Amino acid sequence: MLAMNYRGPFRVRADQKPYPEILHPNDAIVRVTRSCICGSDLHLYHGLVPDTRVGSTFGHEFIGVVEEVGPSVENVKVGDTVLVPFNIACGKCAFCKQELYGNCHESNPEATAVGGIFGYSHTAGGFDGGQAEYVRVPYADVGPTVIPDWMDPDDAVLLTDVVPTGYQAAEMGGIKKGDTVVVFGAGPVGIMAAKCSWLFGAARVIVIDHLEYRLDFVRKYAQCEAYNFKSLEDPVLFLKKTTDWLGADVCIDAVGGDAAGSAMQTITGRKLMLQAGSATALHWAINSVKKGGIVSIVGVYGPTDNLVPIGNVVNKGITIRANQASVKRLLPRLIEQIKEGRLNPKEIISHRVPLEEISDAYHIFSAKLDNCIKPILIPPLARV
Amino acid sequence: METTEKDFSHIKGWGIDADPENEPTYPIKKYTGDDHNRIRWERPPLQPATVEVLHSNERPGLSAVFGTVAPPSGLSGAIRRYAFKYSESSYGHWLPLLLADRVNVVEGIIDDLKQGHVPNIFAEKGWAAEWKYNRKAVVQKAATAAIVTFVVLVSLNKKKK
Repeated sequence: MLAMNYRGPFRVRADQKPYPEILHPNDAIVRVTRSCICGSDLHLYHGLVPDTRVGSTFGHEFIGVVEEVGPSVENVKVGDTVLVPFNIACGKCAFCKQELYGNCHESNPEATAVGGIFGYSHTAGGFDGGQAEYVRVPYADVGPTVIPDWMDPDDAVLLTDVVPTGYQAAEMGGIKKGDTVVVFGAGPVGIMAAKCSWLFGAARVIVIDHLEYRLDFVRKYAQCEAYNFKSLEDPVLFLKKTTDWLGADVCIDAVGGDAAGSAMQTITGRKLMLQAGSATALHWAINSVKKGGIVSIVGVYGPTDNLVPIGNVVNKGITIRANQASVKRLLPRLIEQIKEGRLNPKEIISHRVPLEEISDAYHIFSAKLDNCIKPILIPPLARV
Repeated sequence: METTEKDFSHIKGWGIDADPENEPTYPIKKYTGDDHNRIRWERPPLQPATVEVLHSNERPGLSAVFGTVAPPSGLSGAIRRYAFKYSESSYGHWLPLLLADRVNVVEGIIDDLKQGHVPNIFAEKGWAAEWKYNRKAVVQKAATAAIVTFVVLVSLNKKKK
């Protein structure tokens, strides 16, 4: 089968790999019909996540058709068209029982700090991902959800990560009616976090980024204010001034370790890898939020350390909430939001690329070429 | 919280998920206390380990499922095995893993060559897209590289004389 093949930082290609096998009674094999490249795939692509092994296939955002099921699978059957949450979750451990599906303790032997994730390095379980024609899906009774007939597949594939992550970013912010919310990052997750902040009753939503085309997009798509930090001498000072000198009620870090905006963070975090990515967005979030405010983190960082002003967290009494999105928990509500037309995820898709051209797709997304916001990959079998 | 009334009628669904009771919110909203029973939940059936799978020393064994792609091998595999002697809290774990990743890249090129495949690194880096969408930058980089090469060669020639 055709699959993405990681060869090293900034090097990927489409290759033939063996068809996946059922390795556990609750496995399914899914024929992929759409997959996405996620902003967090770029952290792997840039070589920032330890234990990313050559030969791995990335891809944690995908939908497809169930081709094969293990003997204990009851909730999906061959022929079902399913969306597959990026979290691999057993549904039985203490964490899954609390709906912490991103923190399952039975899906990742290599690290205890993160649950299993499709195609996201051995630090997240060593599973091959969905940027392929076929993929093994463990715990098929838990994660995979049959896509409603009325739903556009492009909306469905964005429900596997982007939409729930953006929604949860807003939810973890504990937004109250009237709050001012600042979202750092106008990538797909930041765009969705801004959009979802309104659902929780925000009175003002401000997005900060440095790419004009993305700022233009988010202004229209999420009906929010958007500012280019390159044109602001000091984004924190700007945000203080524009919030009556107190700071925002809620700040959301939707960037993670690939952040631009600080030479020191970029050099130590992204170039020299002396910290687990560049923490510029988180630094700004902590310093821009009001005293007693909430910082919600969904941006992805590596597993070591980051330079952030933790003293200010203490002195300002900031609450920090963070997690991988618990996709399964949020799906019923988000499916309803799409059905009612409150969220239109597929509008963020900017590029549709054949799986065979995955090297170009990664480069376009990574280098922000051709006004790229969200690329999706179409395997050959899905184009027949 | 703002006190002024604003009109949000242009935003479909504004405030529909606002919930004053959303405290404490996720991730502790559904706290059950099950954690106090420690690792005593009914485990799913265990996937047989048919390849070498390294596990964090912060857990007693493998999780019930795991990926089997790219088991540790070669020099990078040896470095990874060493790394897993240290906990996730230790640089002794993560820094060797980063080193192993870089060693693994070289191993990958050697494997490609052994299989008679010369990797097209330019294609793998997506330079076709760079040429298509960022041609000016490609030309600038090529010109800069040519000038630097020329200057280096000229200075080396001068030294020889």
